[in-house]
Amino acid sequence: MMKQVTHFRTLVRAGLIAIVSALVVLAAPGVGQAEESGESEALDWSFNGPFGTFDRAQLQRGYKVYREVCSACHSMEFVSFRNLSEEGGPGFTPEQVKVIASEFEIEDGPNDDGDMFMRPGLLSDRFPAPFPNVQIARLANGGAFPPDLSVLAKARVGGPDYIYALLMGYEEAPAGVELAIGMSYNTVFPNHQIAMPEPIFEDAVEYDDETEPTLENYARDVTAFMMWTAEPKLEARHRMGFKVVLFLLIFAGLLYATKRKVWAAVH
Amino acid sequence: MSQLHGEPYQPKSGFMKWMESRLPIMGLLYPTAVTFPTPRNLNYWWTFGGILMFCLSVQIITGIVLAMHYVPHVSMAFESVEGIMRDVNYGWLIRYVHSNGASMFFIAVYIHMFRGMYYGSYKEPREVLWILGVVLFLLMMATAFMGYVLPWGQMSFWGATVITSLFSAIPYFGDMITQLLWGGFAVDNPTLNRFYSLHYLLPFMIVGVVVLHIWALHVTGNNNPTGISVKSKQDTLPFHPFYTAKDGFALVLFILFFAIFVFYTPNILGDPVNYEKANSLVTPEHIVPEWYFLPFYAILRAIPDKLGGVIAMFASIGVLFILPWLDTSKVRSVSFRPLYRQFFWILVIACIGLGYLGAKPPEGAYVIWSRILTAYYFLHFLVILPVLGILEKPRLLPKSITESVLGNGDGDKAESKG
Ligand code: HEC
Ligand code: HEM
Repeated sequence: MMKQVTHFRTLVRAGLIAIVSALVVLAAPGVGQAEESGESEALDWSFNGPFGTFDRAQLQRGYKVYREVCSACHSMEFVSFRNLSEEGGPGFTPEQVKVIASEFEIEDGPNDDGDMFMRPGLLSDRFPAPFPNVQIARLANGGAFPPDLSVLAKARVGGPDYIYALLMGYEEAPAGVELAIGMSYNTVFPNHQIAMPEPIFEDAVEYDDETEPTLENYARDVTAFMMWTAEPKLEARHRMGFKVVLFLLIFAGLLYATKRKVWAAVH
Repeated sequence: MSQLHGEPYQPKSGFMKWMESRLPIMGLLYPTAVTFPTPRNLNYWWTFGGILMFCLSVQIITGIVLAMHYVPHVSMAFESVEGIMRDVNYGWLIRYVHSNGASMFFIAVYIHMFRGMYYGSYKEPREVLWILGVVLFLLMMATAFMGYVLPWGQMSFWGATVITSLFSAIPYFGDMITQLLWGGFAVDNPTLNRFYSLHYLLPFMIVGVVVLHIWALHVTGNNNPTGISVKSKQDTLPFHPFYTAKDGFALVLFILFFAIFVFYTPNILGDPVNYEKANSLVTPEHIVPEWYFLPFYAILRAIPDKLGGVIAMFASIGVLFILPWLDTSKVRSVSFRPLYRQFFWILVIACIGLGYLGAKPPEGAYVIWSRILTAYYFLHFLVILPVLGILEKPRLLPKSITESVLGNGDGDKAESKG
């Protein structure tokens, strides 16, 4: 009987090892797949890590790129002008933001005569959308809808790394690849055919600081800006997290000492 | 057997004497929660019950605050959740605690359940206690599933569509059930409304079943790492201060783990696609449920027939209800069951494997492995456990818990350290 049991154990162990190794092998094609669909390279963003914060100047430049390029096609429905001067954001002054907002014409109303009217933007206004509805947006973009950018940086696998790679990923279609009408070739977009024409080029936007007006910088800055619009409370979250974790570590230490003391009597 | 009781409550102040002779609430709580006799050798795996109560409270409190700002309408749900994240004071914190809290709840419940299987806590006389636990698990799954629909993202919508459509496989009643779930002919606003209503209701039903679960616990008392029953007063310690101190320490470590997710990677457990608003015209490339459903999702898809898949999925939880009778061994704890120990770990690995496969597209080797592991899952419960109890020769049991703690027994010494 004893002998049988040991045999049985060896068998069981062997089975166990087989299952584990099979799973490891199984995982391998999964990894390969991810690479094929364009796993984006992890970049070193200022907001990464437990102490990460946004780079104010970068967000201001990113806003400018969004404003001058992307906003022609993409809305940001969850962002208000007032957010631009809020803590943890691009750090514009409220005066600057008033000026920024007033550059837009916003439809309001109806007034006492029952008419809609146009007025300059206010701090409380959301960023206006470029198209009045999805249908017109599609008509203007060859049938594709330019998605709202407010939370897009969180809505893609890879997050900001993916957005950056997408903006940098435009290339001449390789020989043999047939692009549909109005489509561009992009290395990281699924299936490599994207309805968004390459949106930015060198020198397209004039920066107000000394930053080089290169494609890399535009892509980085507008991506950081999109990360802020997606996660506007990131800095507050990191700050609070530090305090909470520190408190819990100390509290856990004290509780451990208490527990030891309580149990000392019965061990 | 009636309730196990610790030392009774003695009111000291005049007010409490007055109160106790009218509403003896302390008389009820004190011997069940303060002086309750608890085996002296419980290890840290026993702290997860308390942790689960904490998780439930956190979900209810954050949920009630979310409900003050959330709008259950297809044209406003996604927007209102973004409003919570941006414009409600500390709304981001409340939402991230609630959404990560659901995952923490499942981590804790899975540990709690596997603990029960490892130490044979489902066996006589704790069958009803175990069954109530399985009921809690089902209610939690229903609650989490419906909660995930509320933010009305792409995965909310498509997850709801896939899972509710499963019911259409039920012969004869199928269409009736799906239409009842949907409130129409597809997932839409009425679906969102009824899921919201039920998502608010079910946690309170969970509270009710938790009360029964604890009641049942207080009749039989705790199991323990040796699996042998409490024989004398010497084998136990009063719950307070011994286990309040131990549970408290473990809870804070758990909160620490929880906090790291909430503050540093709040979205890592969720699918990014759910930050895109629901769109019934665009199907996401892969429809994947939340991680805690993946093993069951793998079982569902392992069976080539829709109805068969649904049956297998429900049966995978169903077997847990009859587990106390499937396991024929008289010995509870794995510490004295050398063969069961191996099979226990194989089951754990099979479940993790199923979870991995549930996240993969249902094609090629993934399907084959899902089938193998699904078959193994049922084999474990329906064949291995009954046979093992008969074939296995358990190791010699210590005479008492106290003996095993003092070290001259054969118990799991390492596990019985306080
Ligand atoms: C000429 C209009 C236009 C401009 C300008 C434009 N986009 Fe787009 N964008 C689109 C369209 C159309 C799509 C949808 C593409 C598709 O689905 O194939 C899109 C899609 C996207 C996507 C989503 C890709 C995905 O993974 O689904 C991102 C990110 C994006 N744009 C970022 C930007 C940024 C950043 C800018 C400014 C630098 C910008 N776009 C400027 C039209 C535009
Ligand atoms: C058993 C306990 C509970 C579990 C497991 C649970 C789970 C969930 C999950 C997974 C979500 C989706 C989170 C997201 O992706 O954003 C959610 C959302 C929500 N829950 Fe709960 N929940 C529980 C209790 C409650 C309670 C008691 C309430 C209300 C009283 C509540 C109210 C809400 C609301 C309003 C939302 C939508 C807001 C949002 O998505 O963040 N929940 N819940």
